[in-house]
Amino acid sequence: MDKLNFSIVLPYIHLFFRGALTAFEITLLAVLIGIVIGTFMGIGKMSRLFPVRFLCSAYVEVIRGTPLLVQLLIFYFGLPQILGFTIPEFPAAVLALGINSGGYVAEIVRGGILAVDRGQMEAARSLGMTYGQAMRYIILPQAFKKMIPPLGNEFVTLLKNSSLATTIGFPELTRAAQIVAGNTYRPFEPYLTAAAFYFVMTVSFSWLMSLIERRLAASD
Amino acid sequence: MIEVKDLYKNFGKLEVLKGINARIEKGEVVVVIGPSGSGKSTFLRCLNLLEKPTRGEIKIEGKSLLDPSTDINKVRQDVGMVFQHFNLFPHKTVVENITLAPIKVKGISPKDAREKAMELLERVGLADKAECFPASLSGGQKQRVAIARALAMNPKVMLFDEPTSALDPEMIKEVLDVMKDLASEGMTMVVVTHEMRFAREVGDRVLFMDEGKILEEGTPEEIFESPQNPRTKEFLSKIL
Repeated sequence: MDKLNFSIVLPYIHLFFRGALTAFEITLLAVLIGIVIGTFMGIGKMSRLFPVRFLCSAYVEVIRGTPLLVQLLIFYFGLPQILGFTIPEFPAAVLALGINSGGYVAEIVRGGILAVDRGQMEAARSLGMTYGQAMRYIILPQAFKKMIPPLGNEFVTLLKNSSLATTIGFPELTRAAQIVAGNTYRPFEPYLTAAAFYFVMTVSFSWLMSLIERRLAASD
Repeated sequence: MIEVKDLYKNFGKLEVLKGINARIEKGEVVVVIGPSGSGKSTFLRCLNLLEKPTRGEIKIEGKSLLDPSTDINKVRQDVGMVFQHFNLFPHKTVVENITLAPIKVKGISPKDAREKAMELLERVGLADKAECFPASLSGGQKQRVAIARALAMNPKVMLFDEPTSALDPEMIKEVLDVMKDLASEGMTMVVVTHEMRFAREVGDRVLFMDEGKILEEGTPEEIFESPQNPRTKEFLSKIL
């Protein structure tokens, strides 16, 4: 049996750091896209208009009912067939993850809005605000506070899911481990290193989130 | 000022309002009393369309609320509402609670809105709380802020939906006092309440509702001293 030897990873360590940074970038951008899409979809799912409600629900169902990996492959390999041009790896990964995240964030947004007391909407409307104004000034700011913990979870999930971007050949963290494994013929150490990188990132992020949550709770 | 004709409201199969007819004149204080579940809150909430009536007619200053061409947001600017549970905006300070709608809905400048808000806070005795968040106020203080918030829109009518029902007994008076002041200044008010003393002292007219209908109406003396309807008699005997 061979002994673990992490020193073989050291010459490639810059790849891991760069990969970690890219993974973080992809995730951050994807979450932002997800929040924008999710906000509209989440509100749309509660619309009085059936077509709007139907479309938004369909979006959420399709996103949640199909594997992210398949979505990513459709986006990167499938779409060019129709579009006639290839989307470069980075925007493809960000868009696919963001669109995916939107489906999950929609449910988070909906949950956050439903958690705001009904009386808030009534009070806002009774003052003459339109539905949109009431949403913007009264409901969403309060809902957002309730959405922060689940959004934090979504960020962590997405960070881990960003490893799937490897399949479209994008040089993020997991891809770095693959390269090192290929060069050294030793897969265990590089993959363990990648896992450690992901772990440190998710744990420090969760810690940061609980700090923010405590801050927000204090202002209540 | 307000005219209600043949108002019906169903929640699914449940008929909550079964043909309400009422008139409220300008400057009048109308108190609506009745057992819980009698439909009095629903009736009040129909007056600014927080509940959409199933059928019937509501006119405020001659304008029909149920006419599709009526801009309900415009109407609501003239109809202030105070809720049982205050419904202050918890993420805004007291003064922001009051200025938000005048600024965003009426387009009043933040400076003017603030001035007016401070005036109103002075009036309800809470000028020193302007920069506080609602969470730090007592129930009575919250309700006074809620009244100030509604008044900031310069409404022509004020609707009160059991404004003292969620308050500790020692805080009821401070809210009722503000409402009394308001009444004496000539504000048109419709008040759903269980405060019979308030109804007697401040009300110009009392409506007794039960099972979705107005069973009796009259001056406070008529209703409290010599009720005609047996249901009114029964209700009053239970609570007085």
